[in-house]
Amino acid sequence: MELHDIWFVLIAVLWTGYFFLEGFDFGVGVLTKLLARDRPEKRVLINTIGPVWDGNEVWLLSAGGATFAAFPEWYATLFSGFYLPLLAILVCLIVRGVAFEYRAKRPEENWQRNWETAIFWCSLIPAFLWGVAFGNIVHGVKIDKNFEYVGGIGDLLHPYALLGGLVTLTLFTFHGAVFTALKTVGDIRERARGLALKVGLVTAVVALAFLLWTQADTGNGRSLVALVVAVAALVAALVANQLGREGWSFGLSGVTIVAAVAMLFLSLFPNVMPSTLDASWSLTVTNASSSPYTLKIMTWCAGIATPLVLLYQGWTYWVFRKRIGTQHLADAAH
Amino acid sequence: MNLALAPETLARWQFGITTVYHFLFVPLTISLAALTAGLQTAWVRTEKEKYLRATKFWGKLFLINIAMGVVTGIVQEFQFGMNWSDYSRFVGDIFGAPLAFEALIAFFFESTFIGLWIFGWDKLPKRIHLACIWMVSIGTLLSAYFILAANSWMQHPVGYRIDKARGRAELTDFWAVLTQNTALSQAFHTLSASFLTGGAFMVGVAAYHLARKKHVGTMKTSLRLGLITVVIAGMLTAISGDTLGKVMFKQQPMKMASAEALWDGQKPAPFSIFAYGNVEKGHNTVAVEIPGLLSFLADDNFSSYVPGINDVNKAEQQKFGPGDYRPNIPVTFWGFRWMIGFGMASFAIGMAGLWLTRKKFLLPQHLRVGEDEVPHLVLFKNKALGPQLTTWYWRIAVWTLAFPLIANSWGWIFTEMGRQPWAVYGVLQTRQAVSPGVSQGEVLISIAVFTALYAILAVVEVKLLVKYVKAGPPELTEADLNPPTRIGGDLRDADKPMAFSY
Repeated sequence: MELHDIWFVLIAVLWTGYFFLEGFDFGVGVLTKLLARDRPEKRVLINTIGPVWDGNEVWLLSAGGATFAAFPEWYATLFSGFYLPLLAILVCLIVRGVAFEYRAKRPEENWQRNWETAIFWCSLIPAFLWGVAFGNIVHGVKIDKNFEYVGGIGDLLHPYALLGGLVTLTLFTFHGAVFTALKTVGDIRERARGLALKVGLVTAVVALAFLLWTQADTGNGRSLVALVVAVAALVAALVANQLGREGWSFGLSGVTIVAAVAMLFLSLFPNVMPSTLDASWSLTVTNASSSPYTLKIMTWCAGIATPLVLLYQGWTYWVFRKRIGTQHLADAAH
Repeated sequence: MNLALAPETLARWQFGITTVYHFLFVPLTISLAALTAGLQTAWVRTEKEKYLRATKFWGKLFLINIAMGVVTGIVQEFQFGMNWSDYSRFVGDIFGAPLAFEALIAFFFESTFIGLWIFGWDKLPKRIHLACIWMVSIGTLLSAYFILAANSWMQHPVGYRIDKARGRAELTDFWAVLTQNTALSQAFHTLSASFLTGGAFMVGVAAYHLARKKHVGTMKTSLRLGLITVVIAGMLTAISGDTLGKVMFKQQPMKMASAEALWDGQKPAPFSIFAYGNVEKGHNTVAVEIPGLLSFLADDNFSSYVPGINDVNKAEQQKFGPGDYRPNIPVTFWGFRWMIGFGMASFAIGMAGLWLTRKKFLLPQHLRVGEDEVPHLVLFKNKALGPQLTTWYWRIAVWTLAFPLIANSWGWIFTEMGRQPWAVYGVLQTRQAVSPGVSQGEVLISIAVFTALYAILAVVEVKLLVKYVKAGPPELTEADLNPPTRIGGDLRDADKPMAFSY
């Protein structure tokens, strides 16, 4: 295994970390409209991710930065090619972050309601668009011989990619619902389990369709294994949810995300961004990667930093392990 | 869509807008993290309540500010790929590494421990909670270092070679990138300016309350901390600015000649106080100068030769081929002056404040005040300022909080525009760096979206800051004074509300 292969795996790990972690906090954002009945319940939801969402989001920045360093060509083609969708994601992440921090800082009804609306939409839109983006990455896009994306915005919105968007949206919402069931007490916990079942069933249908399509389109033996694991984990997560084993259910929905992302990357390799115009114009781990010297330095950095990050972020979850309900909310506007 | 603009023009405007905006929050975040951590340390060590009140007060303003810094920083991570894809392809092998280091080491630190600090008041024993804010502070400093090393590489590329076959620059010595004198002096200068910014912010806010005789105890402590920070950081900013200037005279003579509107080389060279010139013809029509000072700034010698804009332009034409290698001279010239002027103005106001509010030194008995009284502003021994001058000093002290922000912005505009036409000095020109596949229409949309969004958020943020500044330090609760003794919080009452929730 050469360094650029290792880096392909590491980039996959960073994206997996991102989707696992921000997946549930996007999901929780969506649930503020789907599950919460009133403002205190919305606040309970928001506060389940309060201490952690910011750290979760850094997985995205790391995935972006590491792609820049390890596969500059990939970074350049991806972000200049998916310009407008990425703009939409950035705007959502900006507004969403500010919304969490500022929502409770004023007591006015309008103020709080507007930020709550922002939290919902700015969680839903990126949750959908990341799936569209990965659908396009795996499927391939119009890349010319200079590695420039030459398609338009319309070329990114084909059925396969849109289905990918539905998968991430529903899967993250399911992931968020089982997380909510794990982190709350009282009535909302019961309803979260009920909603998890419904969303989970929808997820199972769209995810199975999307993964089978991927397997038929670009799959191989290894991706088939990942597909089976993803589907089995999702079914098991649903069962665990029904049995009231919330920890198991959350862990298994996490496994679903891990396996699904793994499947996408396995069916992508050794490409990182295939060209639909000419296979020889595809970006691959070889022609898109940095020099061995840079990759070596980056390997040291990621090899030391990533386990440490997992350790102290894991510790954060342990510190905030207590379930919360409406009775635990501090007074508003402080 | 074709707007008859050079392809890089809109991308440059976007980078300028988003980056200057982002950097309004960065220096405050860096300095307020450390200052808040300092105040919390004082609370943990002395258990004096005024320190806890100050920690909570400044911590809140810090959080309102860092929220904006974090979210506007996300754009920075991606816009190289979006608008500057050819730049990313050409230098990614080098430039990407410090960015990835920043994310993997510094951002994770900052963002994880800030969550622990915000929500951890009733979940963590007090020393561990204190450690969290120090971790945030370390994260901000590391982050600054990595990104400044990356920028320094654009100012003065080192530790690389050009791979002709792949058409890109490749890293050969990462250590050189991290430790070259451009990176060291730029980090020194930027970090001291950041503390000048945070110090001035503290002085301004404390002066607002002291002028109204409100929250005197906490605000006196804050004023003192702010003034000391301003004076030390101001001094360091001047020293590091001088060091960085000398480095730049060697590495980018064009930038420094433009900063002085020095058209033709002179020996000795004067420092220009005011100049109005004709860029086309390459000379000044009006110039007010201090003889020899520029030679001294460039080389520590009042009679050294300093090359002018026209000389460097000719030299670069010989080296890099035909073209115009001059930056925008008026912007560079005035940017340099506004940076120094506003920065040093807040330093001077801080020096004055530290002298006027001195505690005991040369202060007669009748002008000394108690713990909870607003200090007299004592100019000479036995002579306090009259009521009118006192009002004016407090008023100017409030204004000073804006000065370093203005200075920082102009400093970046100066150093980045002074490097033009280069994106990477001597290696890659800005016009070669833009994304060829992104249309001007797309860039226009994103400029419009970011500008509108940032403008709205600026209004929201400033209003919120004003609200919490005016509200003053909070009353302390029982829970504040009795932090938990075990991690995860004390379990006495399962339904006890959180100390903080969104």
